[in-house]
Amino acid sequence: MISRYLFENGLSPRILALVAVILAAAIILPALNLALPESHPLHVPTYMISLIGKYLTYALLALSLDLVWGFCGILSLGHGAFFALGGYAMGMYLMRQIGPRGVYGNPLLPDFMVFLNWKELPWYWSGFDQFWFAALMIVAVPGALAFVFGWFAFRSRVTGVYLSIITQAMTFALMLAFFRNDMGFGGNNGLTDFKDILGFDIQADTTRAGLLAASAVALALGVIVTARITGSSFGKLLIAVRDAESRTRFLGYRPEMVKLFAFTTSAVMAGVAGALYVPQVGIINPGEFAPANSIEVVVWTAIGGRGTIIGPIVGALLVNAGKSWFTGALPELWLFALGGLFVLVTLFLPKGIVGTLQEIAASASERRKARKADAEAVDGEQASPVGAE
Amino acid sequence: MRLFGKIAVALLVVFSALAPALAADDSLRDIVSGFADARNFSQTEKIVTQLGKTGDPAVVPLLEALGEGDLRVRKEDRAVFIAKGKGTVTLLDPLTREAVGSATERELTKIKVNNSLRRSIRDTVGGLALMAAAPEKRKAAASTLFANPDPAALDAIETAMAAEKDPAVAESMAAARAAAIVYSDRPDIEKSAAIEIIAGIGSRDALALLSSLEARSQGELKEQAAAAIARANRTLAFWEMGQNVWYGISLGSVLLLAAIGLAITFGVMGVINMAHGEMVMIGAYVTFVVQELIRTSAPGLFDWSLAIALPLAFLTAGAAGFAIERGVIRFLYGRPLETLLATWGISLILQQAVRTIFGPTNREVGTPSWMSGAFEIGQITITWNRLSIVIFALAVFFILLWALNRTSFGLQMRAVTQNRRMAASMGIRTPMVDAMTFALGSGIAGIAGVALSQIDNVSPNLGQGYIIDSFMVVVFGGVGNLWGTLVGALTLGIANKFLEPYAGAVLGKILVLVFIILFIQKRPRGLFALKGRAVEA
Repeated sequence: MISRYLFENGLSPRILALVAVILAAAIILPALNLALPESHPLHVPTYMISLIGKYLTYALLALSLDLVWGFCGILSLGHGAFFALGGYAMGMYLMRQIGPRGVYGNPLLPDFMVFLNWKELPWYWSGFDQFWFAALMIVAVPGALAFVFGWFAFRSRVTGVYLSIITQAMTFALMLAFFRNDMGFGGNNGLTDFKDILGFDIQADTTRAGLLAASAVALALGVIVTARITGSSFGKLLIAVRDAESRTRFLGYRPEMVKLFAFTTSAVMAGVAGALYVPQVGIINPGEFAPANSIEVVVWTAIGGRGTIIGPIVGALLVNAGKSWFTGALPELWLFALGGLFVLVTLFLPKGIVGTLQEIAASASERRKARKADAEAVDGEQASPVGAE
Repeated sequence: MRLFGKIAVALLVVFSALAPALAADDSLRDIVSGFADARNFSQTEKIVTQLGKTGDPAVVPLLEALGEGDLRVRKEDRAVFIAKGKGTVTLLDPLTREAVGSATERELTKIKVNNSLRRSIRDTVGGLALMAAAPEKRKAAASTLFANPDPAALDAIETAMAAEKDPAVAESMAAARAAAIVYSDRPDIEKSAAIEIIAGIGSRDALALLSSLEARSQGELKEQAAAAIARANRTLAFWEMGQNVWYGISLGSVLLLAAIGLAITFGVMGVINMAHGEMVMIGAYVTFVVQELIRTSAPGLFDWSLAIALPLAFLTAGAAGFAIERGVIRFLYGRPLETLLATWGISLILQQAVRTIFGPTNREVGTPSWMSGAFEIGQITITWNRLSIVIFALAVFFILLWALNRTSFGLQMRAVTQNRRMAASMGIRTPMVDAMTFALGSGIAGIAGVALSQIDNVSPNLGQGYIIDSFMVVVFGGVGNLWGTLVGALTLGIANKFLEPYAGAVLGKILVLVFIILFIQKRPRGLFALKGRAVEA
């Protein structure tokens, strides 16, 4: 029934294949980890499960950026902020789950609050002991921030570079704020030492496998949502705003509303990605707000290919796998490699890997068509010698 | 015989002239030798007071040694020496501080001191310093006495005041005297005169003095003290404001230095140069290298190190900028967002290159002697290095303004930015002008690095700390307008410093960022927007 829904709403076979691959990964990887003994050659070690799960959340983050940048032309240099806010919401839930098992054994207050001599839980921490509330906040907080920020920015027609710079200022300001101890989010150290999630031990192999599966499902949902948005007539409007904003406005549309919708949706996706990221890495700290992180997300998207749905996912997976390998094997060279990638991709692959491949494929099929047309024309010529010049 | 008589007379004259000096020295020695017989702390303290009463600055080192526990008695002859260290130590004469022999630690007994003794030593030394030969020392002693008023020192202060010639020193002595009077049991008339003097000073110490007096006194004196407190508060608020403005200007000049190169590359050329911070970093490292070379080969030139580093930093960073423009940016004109990515990549490469060459830790850049130290205007302390940076920032700004408006290169640059095709058809080599403009902006960032190396850690991350602030300044001031950058930098600097006392440094900065974000909503093109009819896309 689900597949019928998907097919009938015009998702292209390519997207369906992508969703299928992601969902297959969600089933196969945990199975290879849990069902096979460690000695088996196909066994996937648990650290790998967490690593891949982390990459999948990065892929979702890159996809969310692609929705605003690739399809709507808003280069946000602050998407890391939405990711981190989602992460903090999840982190707060996980902190409350620790209960009296913290170092200080306080049943109500997280360790860092006891350490700072706080006597009661700040009001904004209440409710986070319930998962449904935390889940709501994971979606609502980044969404609300994006809505308010976008409302002001797009209405006053802050565009292009200016918008990029103020989104960067936004994440920078949030980073400074979260570094403060009196904010009540653990300051410099952030939130960590999580024990369990929804009653499952967060360190257990099964939980880790489950988190990977959840990340994969979230990514698949993200792909479907993005594909549905961009494939609809509203998607055409997004692209119109990206390519010719003033013209779209003169045609009677309201580009600010289009942008606001895309920006808010994208922030929600980024928040979900952050929420899934935190339990898998076991910590969230203000460093996640660093402007450099947000710019790195832009690179994943650019390398994979913006304006495509597969591109950012491929980019996020490739760059992060490369990063893991480099920082293990040649730690000094990683920044050279990443910096070089930035330069080379912008100079030589402006459409990214996937975009370039699609272009090559498109021109190949074009040529094939042209050849076919030529051949038909030749046939026609033979049939009737008197004809085209 | 006659000759003999003359010699005798001469000798007598000489001796009689020497006698008082010798006698004074002898009496000092007598008092000092008393330390050997002191049985307890209060006896030692009596000797210290006695020494203080002589008013002879020669006893200061001796007293200081006593306070540090370095005054020792030789066991065999009960003679007193200054002796530092462990094991076999050199014995110094307590008054002349000449080496007179050595002894092992065992042969000596330490003269013991306790905290109350140390305090009285400090007070005595303070009182003696009022008679010191150097006016700065006398002034410093008076300021110490003002900050820690002591009625017991009143006599010493008044003696010193009577002898004082330097008006500035006399003034601080009067303040010290007033402070001491407040705590003494002198008549109310003197106290009320003292209140007037203290209120006129209006510093925090003065305020503390007045409030303690207000708490202790009654009647008219209390009212007068209360009025004086109000007056002192006003003075304090005034100077505090002055101090904030100065800090703000100082911060603003740092922002201006960091942003002014960006005002060229981003503001004039429209290139989002994320590697701008790294140009600043290159300048700072050039300073470091220059200083290292000077240290090893020509230490005498150290005071000139910054002057030598300036042109080198300009050229190095400028060359780097030139290479970046020719190598990468020229392919990306008209695609601002992609320029942003490419230059960010370049910034990562430059950072890592510097980290590989110079190591990840902070490098020490020295301050030339003419930039260290400080002076005071009223209650504002101004350090020379901050003042130098303010002056330097303004100098760079005006030189750049002149270069853009009065040189032929500046003319070409403006022509190219205003109408590229028209400029090209007039025979201007636009690609070269682009490259040189970018090199100019980068070079200016480089010389900013020389200045910023004086106040910031020279590390591979130096540039990252400035990049966001720089963009904020340029965007706030208005793109394409150097005056906007100046006004923007100073406004943000002063706003930041005025918010700090109320909100704290971090929150102040956050508020400024939020303010800029809101400001851009209102005026998307900055404070001084270029007027035009261009509409993009």
